[in-house]
Amino acid sequence: MELQSKIPAGKLADKWTDYKAHIKLINPANRRKYEVIVVGTGLAGGSAAASLAEMGYKVKAFCFQDSPRRAHSIAAQGGINAAKNYQNDGDSIYRLFYDTIKGGDYRAREGNVYRLAELSVNIIDQCVAQGVPFAREYSGYLDNRSFGGAQVSRTFYSRGQTGQQLLLGAYSSMAKQMGLGNIQMYSRYEMLDLVIINGKARGIIARNMVTGTIERFLADAVLLSTGGYGNVYYLSTNAKGSNVTAAWRAHKRGALFGNPCYVQIHPTCIPVSGDHQSKLTLMSESLRNDGRVWVPKNPGDTRAPQSIPEDERDYFLERKYPSFGNLVPRDVASRNAKAVCDEGKGVGSSKLAVYLDFADSIKRLGKDKIAEKYGNLFDMYKQITAENPYEMPMRIYPAVHYTMGGLWVDYNLMSNINGLFVLGEANFSDHGANRLGASALMQGLADGYFVIPYTLGAYLAEGGFDKVTIDHDEFKRVESEVRGRVDKLLSIKGEHSVDHYHKKLGKVMWDYVGMSRNADGLKFAIEEIKKIRDQFWQDVRVSGDPAGLNQSLEKAGRVADFLELGELMAEDALHRNESCGGHFREEYQTEEGEALRDDDNYAYVGAWEYKGENNGYQMHKEPLVFEEVSPSKRSYK
Amino acid sequence: MKITLKVWRQKNAQSEGKFETYPAHDISPDMSFLEMLDVVNERLIEKNEEPFAFDHDCREGICGSCSLYINGRAHGPKKGVTACQLHMRSFDDGETIHVEPWRAKPFPVIKDLIVDRTAFDRIMESGGFVSVKTGSAPDGNAILIPHDDAEMAIDAASCIGCGAWVAACKNASAMLFVSAKVSQFTLLPQGHPERETRVLDMVAQMDKEGFGSCTNTGACEAECPKEISISNIARLNREFIRANVR
Amino acid sequence: MGWLSKTFTSSVGKKLIMALTGLFLISFLIVHLSGNFLLLRNDNGAAFFQYSEFMKTNPVILVMEVVLFLGFIIHAFSGFRLALENKKARPVGYAVNRPSENSSVFSRSMVWTGSIVFIFLVIHLKSFFVDHKVASWMGVTHEETLFQAVVSAFQNPVYTWFYVAAMVLLGFHLNHGFQSAFQTLGLNHKKYTPLIKKLGLIFSIVVPLLFAYVPLYFLLIYKTTGGN
Repeated sequence: MELQSKIPAGKLADKWTDYKAHIKLINPANRRKYEVIVVGTGLAGGSAAASLAEMGYKVKAFCFQDSPRRAHSIAAQGGINAAKNYQNDGDSIYRLFYDTIKGGDYRAREGNVYRLAELSVNIIDQCVAQGVPFAREYSGYLDNRSFGGAQVSRTFYSRGQTGQQLLLGAYSSMAKQMGLGNIQMYSRYEMLDLVIINGKARGIIARNMVTGTIERFLADAVLLSTGGYGNVYYLSTNAKGSNVTAAWRAHKRGALFGNPCYVQIHPTCIPVSGDHQSKLTLMSESLRNDGRVWVPKNPGDTRAPQSIPEDERDYFLERKYPSFGNLVPRDVASRNAKAVCDEGKGVGSSKLAVYLDFADSIKRLGKDKIAEKYGNLFDMYKQITAENPYEMPMRIYPAVHYTMGGLWVDYNLMSNINGLFVLGEANFSDHGANRLGASALMQGLADGYFVIPYTLGAYLAEGGFDKVTIDHDEFKRVESEVRGRVDKLLSIKGEHSVDHYHKKLGKVMWDYVGMSRNADGLKFAIEEIKKIRDQFWQDVRVSGDPAGLNQSLEKAGRVADFLELGELMAEDALHRNESCGGHFREEYQTEEGEALRDDDNYAYVGAWEYKGENNGYQMHKEPLVFEEVSPSKRSYK
Repeated sequence: MKITLKVWRQKNAQSEGKFETYPAHDISPDMSFLEMLDVVNERLIEKNEEPFAFDHDCREGICGSCSLYINGRAHGPKKGVTACQLHMRSFDDGETIHVEPWRAKPFPVIKDLIVDRTAFDRIMESGGFVSVKTGSAPDGNAILIPHDDAEMAIDAASCIGCGAWVAACKNASAMLFVSAKVSQFTLLPQGHPERETRVLDMVAQMDKEGFGSCTNTGACEAECPKEISISNIARLNREFIRANVR
Repeated sequence: MGWLSKTFTSSVGKKLIMALTGLFLISFLIVHLSGNFLLLRNDNGAAFFQYSEFMKTNPVILVMEVVLFLGFIIHAFSGFRLALENKKARPVGYAVNRPSENSSVFSRSMVWTGSIVFIFLVIHLKSFFVDHKVASWMGVTHEETLFQAVVSAFQNPVYTWFYVAAMVLLGFHLNHGFQSAFQTLGLNHKKYTPLIKKLGLIFSIVVPLLFAYVPLYFLLIYKTTGGN
């Protein structure tokens, strides 16, 4: 299989414009003849559903939550990047493009990333017009902040709840179309499989999570905007319901999975407090602007942080990276925190945490100033840990936060299956091996508002759609497979709960396919995951009935898919004999312990094909060609 | 810690429900309330009993999924937080904790502690938006918005749509929710072209869903996890009058 | 006129009715109270007599009386209807409920305080309005003047203590009602609302207190001069 990225020819800056000027269009009056399924209603899915419905397509939108407004995009705190250059600090589309490519450690496509940077400016306009309340200066103009170590202030924000405001903007546009009947909303529905007829994605099988009925839905194209797969680690900053099932089911029907090993681990999360922990809470990385990261110099030091004298503290980021200090990128900060904890210098009861200390800043700026900047985060920390960060240092530890990998898509956001489009975090596309802060919201909305309305139209305009109904044999076949799987899960009636297996998988993933990986560990993980998966299918206990609402059953289906994905992630990490972005292989590092990329051998997208049960996966390479920028080494010394 | 849980169990909307008692030992004060429920549920699964269902998702207080009436309070005893951010250290050792679903006519129970809140979506459909075609917007800075107006709009827009106001209000009124949306779009110039139809249609839909009316008890404001002010309700009232006299 | 009925049948519209009639009734309380003070003049009811004659015959007052009557009826009727409708919005209640944590008892008991005040009002109207004013229109003449009727009624401890109790409940009703009316009318402002709330609190204490003072005066302080 040869992967066609379908990036338009021509100069980088003209590609998207030329593309739009030359695609086939669908007459507005004809659009209502086309039905589109959108699965997931976060920023990508919500914005796509709203835009397509308003253009005239008949949209069926699905979400597993009780309302599209609750998708996990809502939890994004920091902001959204856009190359507006409102601050006159030298920003431009090119600079945002360059920063994103470089930040992604040269593992993303130039064409896609340039388009993303171009569209970033339209997103802000669109959201402002929708009534998204961005922060304003006293003059009434839009305010910006610098984020994630960027050298320009290009991040638009709405307090610490930017994701919420952007999502509610997209949701309100959806709501309008729902009211008009252009979007048929299916809340509390979970997609369980993809139906492909004559080489085209033509529908899905979904379970009504309230009644338990398994239903067929027909369309001319299927859009997956189902988010990332961070919950494969059990503990992550994702929502409890976030899952890979829709994407994984599509993968098993033939869609390639790109770069599954690229996982972003966020350095400033609240550490685990015990076995009961169900998820991890992120605190904005802006905290590192004023907080100093340290651990005791002596392993096993159990003194209270205040009674550890200055010369017995190791400010390890400041020591190792004198010029960036505490502001090194996410992956570097995370890895170093893990390293000191591995040396036994971790703090807190679990010994899996480092201090983030504001004492110096409070001394320098005053408590009021710190409270003004970080008050809500300090409150949140206190709420969760019952410790007062004004008086003692915070304890932080890295947590899985975002997955750069996902279903492989071409420039049109279409997977290798015709008519199956993948948007937002669910696709592998624009962030390469590492995502910059405030870029996830940008990508989700660019895909949904501004890319898919063109590329989907171009696909539909090609025509060639067979007249089928949901009574087609393929629908029946896939539905019966879905039913078989549900029945199987319920019939095992084993000893251990779904969470038991999820936690087991998560531990293996975190220990061996986490922040730093090595070949032995990855091989071990692959074997372990297979074992856990076998045990799961023999021993899992799923309570309740297939009919009606059954949260155990929902979880079981999702964990079953994670148990397969986890293995593929380890495979991908094992094959990639280099360190890049969120993928750090211990064997491939510089003498100073920095990631060592191998552009000669690994400058490609690894897209994995499912070969059927027990036949493993086959990798297809899409070479990454850099015409505009030349890959350089990331250095934060 | 040791606690006794009394949880509302109800198979589905049609069936009758009742409280079941679950003693829970070895509860850590560091657990969130939902993690405590997880632990109790895991133990139920071990005993081959069906765990109880409750809505939850982000577990960081922003998605608005959680909808538990805990010991007579929406989201439990702590002010300004959702149930997922409530920790067991807010309870006493040995305490009996009642957990009930939101109660309101427009919120039928789906199962156990889960209720149907799609009424909010329908209210939003009736007018909770600014009509703007994708791609037709002018430059973001073409619309100037005074800093304080923007801040007030964010205050209103912070609503997570959890439904605590309905649950806590003695009239099961949805006014805080509707008024927060109306306020956001009233405070911003983008919302002005549709301001009359918006308030009238949203109020009409709210009534149609069967929510009670607002008697200004202020319970919603006190229980709102985002501490949204009832001054938004006054703004809705103003907008309602304005729309009617025009 | 479709829009008008639509306005006032919506939940917000019904509340507007409550607020408007409520504020109107509040203004009436002030007028009524100022009349009551004439009873306290030590002139054996002379000033009060003039006042009551004026109230009986002045056409403006007569018109306002009808309006006032309607105001009461509408306020009470809408209040009951709203209370019933609101009750219906929660057919299944909570097993454990702690509303005292989030709202004042006054705000939650409006229908009860209002009902008792309404019952009081019926009795009150019967003893003074119907027996005297309505009777005089119908040509029935009383031996005793209104002043004497007042004095004899208030010297009955049962009547007076009922009156005082009703005033306490009126105070409760006003405690929430006064500021609530402004909120319903959309008159909420970060500068003025705290002022309105304070004013409401003072009003809800002082006005019922002054009303209650009159019967208590006749019960406990006023000495009958033998009557004429």
